[in-house]
Amino acid sequence: MAAGGYDFAVIGGGLVGAAIAFGLCDGKRRVALLDEGDIALRASRGNFALVWVQSKGLGMPDYAQWTRRSSDAWQGLAEQLKRETQIDVAFSRRGGFTLCLSDAELQARSEQIKRLHNQSDLPYEILDHAQTKARLPLIGPSVAGSVFCPLDAHTNSLRLLRALHLGFTRRGGSYLPHHAVTKIGDGFRLETQNGTIEALRIVLAAGLGNAALAPMVGLNAPVRPLKGEIIVTERTGPFLQHPIVNLRQTDEGGVMIGDSQEETADLRVRSGAIATMAARVLAMFPHLAALNVVRSWAALRVMTPDGFPVYQQSPTHPGAFLAICHSGVTLAAAHAQHLAPMLEAGALDPSLSSFSAKRFDVQTAA
Amino acid sequence: MFKRLPDDSRAIVRLHVDGRHIEAREGDSVAAALLAAGIVQARSTPVGNAPRGSYCMMGVCFDCLMAIDGVGSRQACLVPVREGMQVRTQHGARRLEDET
Repeated sequence: MAAGGYDFAVIGGGLVGAAIAFGLCDGKRRVALLDEGDIALRASRGNFALVWVQSKGLGMPDYAQWTRRSSDAWQGLAEQLKRETQIDVAFSRRGGFTLCLSDAELQARSEQIKRLHNQSDLPYEILDHAQTKARLPLIGPSVAGSVFCPLDAHTNSLRLLRALHLGFTRRGGSYLPHHAVTKIGDGFRLETQNGTIEALRIVLAAGLGNAALAPMVGLNAPVRPLKGEIIVTERTGPFLQHPIVNLRQTDEGGVMIGDSQEETADLRVRSGAIATMAARVLAMFPHLAALNVVRSWAALRVMTPDGFPVYQQSPTHPGAFLAICHSGVTLAAAHAQHLAPMLEAGALDPSLSSFSAKRFDVQTAA
Repeated sequence: MFKRLPDDSRAIVRLHVDGRHIEAREGDSVAAALLAAGIVQARSTPVGNAPRGSYCMMGVCFDCLMAIDGVGSRQACLVPVREGMQVRTQHGARRLEDET
């Protein structure tokens, strides 16, 4: 590598970029992590922190498999981060529930998980009200039943982001904030708001920002924002040992509520979605009505047309890779432990070939 | 630490704080009554269990959270005293199961 340049530049300092950059650092390779400033759209600071398996990959077995690989590698990542940074990311894998408030909901969820089981051998249980109550004694009478998957887990995603950044710099990586990339030239020469960075290989991990960056290296990043809102309550004593898809208790005791999806980039919190989420959660756990809400916020998921990730090397600019997903927490372990070695080797495994954005290049019927 | 003004002629109100009786004056906030009685700790924090006491006295800082008449996390500086009121120091995170 030429003096002053990097072997790798990862563009995007959120969970996806930070996990990849952490995985790329081995003490010898020169790795830069280019980030925006504090006002970046930062899904990594607004997310729900599930390491979630039970709803991922129906219709794309490779995604279900990739999610499973990450889920299985997660404990190792948590231990590695603890060792290298002393930060406990509070990873807990005791299985997770989807609670259903009507028989129709339970029926629909059950069919979905059965199809996913048939497709990808996912372990699951379908529980009626009594069976659910045996495991979650505080549920309300309107819970019709639930779907449980023993692989589901959760973590503290703010600490995860911090630990990945700290681990990255402790491994010798160069973190470069205020380096939003405006142009990518051959070689690669990255023009940023704070000067030009040179790198032999680059990884586009800039979330929604990939849409503008990808065409600079002959790639296509069809991403759109999908807004999600979250409520967090005051901290309370432990009452919930398992994450629920729309509700979880953090390691510090706060209760997070949130599963809304809106097709907008408007980051304002709206009372409509918040009220709907809160009402559903109170039907699930009526005793939570006494808790004070301390904050609510909105963040933007990074969504592809089919909801599945994109991993691809540029055919026209070899050495430029694209990584897009909306599950930066769940896939953090796969990104650090499985994707990073492929990037080092200079080629994605055949197991990731179906994640190419070429899958979107189909003719639309008139 | 705090002394009442000598010409305070408001009626006396009795409350229970962690089982102990204290006297307050009608119109006191719970936080003010406790400070006047020499009780400076309102709660301890949920994560680090560090002691916290009333600070801003105007509803902003949330450091005076206490269990008042069986309801946790009430801002003691915003709740007026009432005869026979039951006040408890809130240790760590609020526990909903203690409130039923």
